[in-house]
Amino acid sequence: MSQIHVTATINGDETEFLCDPTETLLDVLRDHLDLTGSKEGCGSGDCGACSIILDGRLVCSCLVLAAEAEGRSVETIEGMAEGDKLHPLQEKFIEHAALQCGICTPGILVAAKNLLERNPNPSEEEVRYWLAGNLCRCTGYDKIIRAVMDTAAEMRGAA
Amino acid sequence: MPKDEFQARDFKIVGTRPLRPDGIDKVTGKARYGADVTAPGMLWGAVLRSPHAHARIVSIDTSAAEAMKGVKAVITRADFTYQPDDPGLADVLDNCMAGEKARYDGHAVAAVAATSKKIAHDALDAIKVEYEVLAHVTDVDEAMKPDAPVIEAGRQQENVPAGLSENVTSRSKYGHGDPEAGFSQADLVIERSFTTAATHQGYIEPHACLATLGADGQGDLWVCTQGHYMVRNTCAGLLGLDAGMLRVTASEIGGGFGGKTHVWIEPVALMLSRKAGKPVKLVMSRDEVFRATGPTASSSIDVKIGMKKDGTITGATATYRLQAGAYPGAIAFLSAMCGFAPYDLENVRTEGFEVMTNRPKAAAYRAPGAPMAAYPVESVIDELCQKLDLDPLETRLKNAADEGTKSAYGPTYPAIGLKATLKAAQSHPHWTAPLGENQGRGVACGFWFNFGGDTCVSLMVNPDGTVSLSEGNPDIGGSRASMSMMAAEELGVPLDQVRTIIADTASLGQNEVTDGSRVTFAVGLATIKAARHAIEIMKERAAMTWGIDPEAVDWHDGAAHPAGPNAGKFPPMTIKEIAAIASNTGGPIAGHHEVNAEGAGVSFATHMVDTEVDPETGAVKVLRYTVFQDAGKAVHPDYVEGQFQGGAAQGIGWAINEEYIYGEDGRLQNPGFLDYRVPVASDLPMIEPVILEIPNPGHPYGVRGVGETSIVPPLAAIANAVSRAAGVRLTSLPMSPPRVLAALKGQ
Repeated sequence: MSQIHVTATINGDETEFLCDPTETLLDVLRDHLDLTGSKEGCGSGDCGACSIILDGRLVCSCLVLAAEAEGRSVETIEGMAEGDKLHPLQEKFIEHAALQCGICTPGILVAAKNLLERNPNPSEEEVRYWLAGNLCRCTGYDKIIRAVMDTAAEMRGAA
Repeated sequence: MPKDEFQARDFKIVGTRPLRPDGIDKVTGKARYGADVTAPGMLWGAVLRSPHAHARIVSIDTSAAEAMKGVKAVITRADFTYQPDDPGLADVLDNCMAGEKARYDGHAVAAVAATSKKIAHDALDAIKVEYEVLAHVTDVDEAMKPDAPVIEAGRQQENVPAGLSENVTSRSKYGHGDPEAGFSQADLVIERSFTTAATHQGYIEPHACLATLGADGQGDLWVCTQGHYMVRNTCAGLLGLDAGMLRVTASEIGGGFGGKTHVWIEPVALMLSRKAGKPVKLVMSRDEVFRATGPTASSSIDVKIGMKKDGTITGATATYRLQAGAYPGAIAFLSAMCGFAPYDLENVRTEGFEVMTNRPKAAAYRAPGAPMAAYPVESVIDELCQKLDLDPLETRLKNAADEGTKSAYGPTYPAIGLKATLKAAQSHPHWTAPLGENQGRGVACGFWFNFGGDTCVSLMVNPDGTVSLSEGNPDIGGSRASMSMMAAEELGVPLDQVRTIIADTASLGQNEVTDGSRVTFAVGLATIKAARHAIEIMKERAAMTWGIDPEAVDWHDGAAHPAGPNAGKFPPMTIKEIAAIASNTGGPIAGHHEVNAEGAGVSFATHMVDTEVDPETGAVKVLRYTVFQDAGKAVHPDYVEGQFQGGAAQGIGWAINEEYIYGEDGRLQNPGFLDYRVPVASDLPMIEPVILEIPNPGHPYGVRGVGETSIVPPLAAIANAVSRAAGVRLTSLPMSPPRVLAALKGQ
């Protein structure tokens, strides 16, 4: 089976890759482009560990075929910090101890960033429902929710 | 047991909340987990699994798969020619790759290594396996009956009474006194039967490894595990390798909760690599994780407790029947030990039965055996309190174990914190907050032993005076931060001068797996002792420089000082100054400590939860949750709180949602996160952690383990809250909407 040539903008850089028609965007990010920050926890869109932003929309990259990325913009966890300057969410997650094992953290950060871009002042319930697609088995979500709420408050204050 | 390690002191670093050292790597996606690495020339592995619950493997034809382009190795059990003589290891091998029979849906029967994932999976489809399907049994009570299909004959121990199926492999008994006499003194005796479902640890990272094994017997393995020494020893034992020739490196680990204290795919990946002559990466799918790796045991339990009108428990018995899965060895003995551990009882007896079934081999899950042990006991105590009109916290306090209590499982307790957790619960505003319609409040206590075990730590003082600490236990919840804190505390240096790494198996001696809540206790103890060893060496170096006796040197605030006016007048020598001249005073400075750590301190918790039951749907909502637990000493309180919250959340899932569901065909019907529903953010409230600190006499800083006790009380606490809200006693987990609705309708 011949491979498909795809050109996409990944974390701001124009990127070309060849993929099999059956490969997911997550496969390509991890196996071809060495962007292993997106994790495969289920492969069926249930855990959110592979969350990315595709043309501004939060998606599970395990449910997107790599070929569908043609001409589109992809943002992953690797693009969240600017150089050595962490995004406020990243700083707050460390400060609030909002991670234990850390495997769900990239997906949750990507999802939370997308939430705050849409809704800079979410209620606790809105944060909980927005992140309901991102499983965390370690924390009970308590410190994650606090970190997101605190980030939102700080970003509103800075804006 | 050493009980004199603890010395009260004022801490400078321990007990504070610094940023974790692995934080930036984990929020930027740089941290490398099991599936995140590659090797030059690497192949992809894949495993073929049995679709049958129980079947004789008549034949396996791999010829078509082997002939496919890109396929570099196909293996079956026939390739594992080394026969381990240890029966436990033989079981592990048979579980990793089925021999004569497939014993459960998902049991591995063959594996492939190929140049791409796709080719590997296509090759699995080309393998032809002929099965002779056998009768199966997946229910623990059914499996105990004399006419049940037998999973493996000849494994029953002599302590099993006659009349039970050979699937019952062992019985354990604990207790003291005469429960029958105790029941006769009671004003009320309640006897009930309970069941709990098998639940999975549900770590978000599937098992993954990258294996390289050469024809010369030398190998390297990168793996997500709770214990890379265990992986090394087990794989070496299964493949007939010398342990020293196999170097195992632990990746970052994406959750384990006990489920990564075993091996499944690692020996398979090594065998594929040896046959193919190339590195092989093998990663489980979520479906494989559910079907083939250890859930915890399901259970069937009878509990009988007698109580006087004043709340005194006069007699107590419990029988625990736990499902071991496809091989002998479950955790019923731990249930039998833990059930009544919180209480000071004159008359108590428990027994535990281990039962084989056609399910994946049960694995450890956070305080293995204890949650299903506490659930029925705490439920019956709650019902006794309801019927005798007693306060459930006061009644527990009245019967609570304390220092000097002979525990239900034998030992006499040193200083323990159960009463402190109960008193903290009594005085917390949660206890007196008003409840609304269809709402109920439940409380329950829980116990876990905590473990020590083999531990080996090395602490290097570098030429610039900074410190490198090597330990051998994967960091599953922030332990690198805790170890750095304890090392810095003991040395008297700033925290940022210490970096802790997890060394590979070739760089340190044997370390027990990260289990039993042992790491902060045992590795912490070894870290403190290694730091003290380094301090002794640095005192000698300072003494040498000053020309005085080492005994005349004190160490504090990160520097050597003359011990008193008689020692001579010398300005302090800091760790930096001593390190800078180390080459001239005897060479590099390093402390180390090797120990089989004893003195782990048992820990207790009391949980309090409010739930609301929807009378129309049977759905249960958790409204408020508070955890009171004795940590001994909270080294990094943020991560202690995280353990309390995480354990409670897993317990909530176990109590309300999570359940392995098997069909009539013996196949697992819900092997995915959509149908096996772990709690999501919108299911839970904030979980308030209250840390109690009753020092463990067996640790220099008083540390007890904290990781496991937090999952012990939730099952019962929630069952008590739901039963009070619903006005009917729930005796079967999970309390899913259909079950709750049936109970409501059955009133």
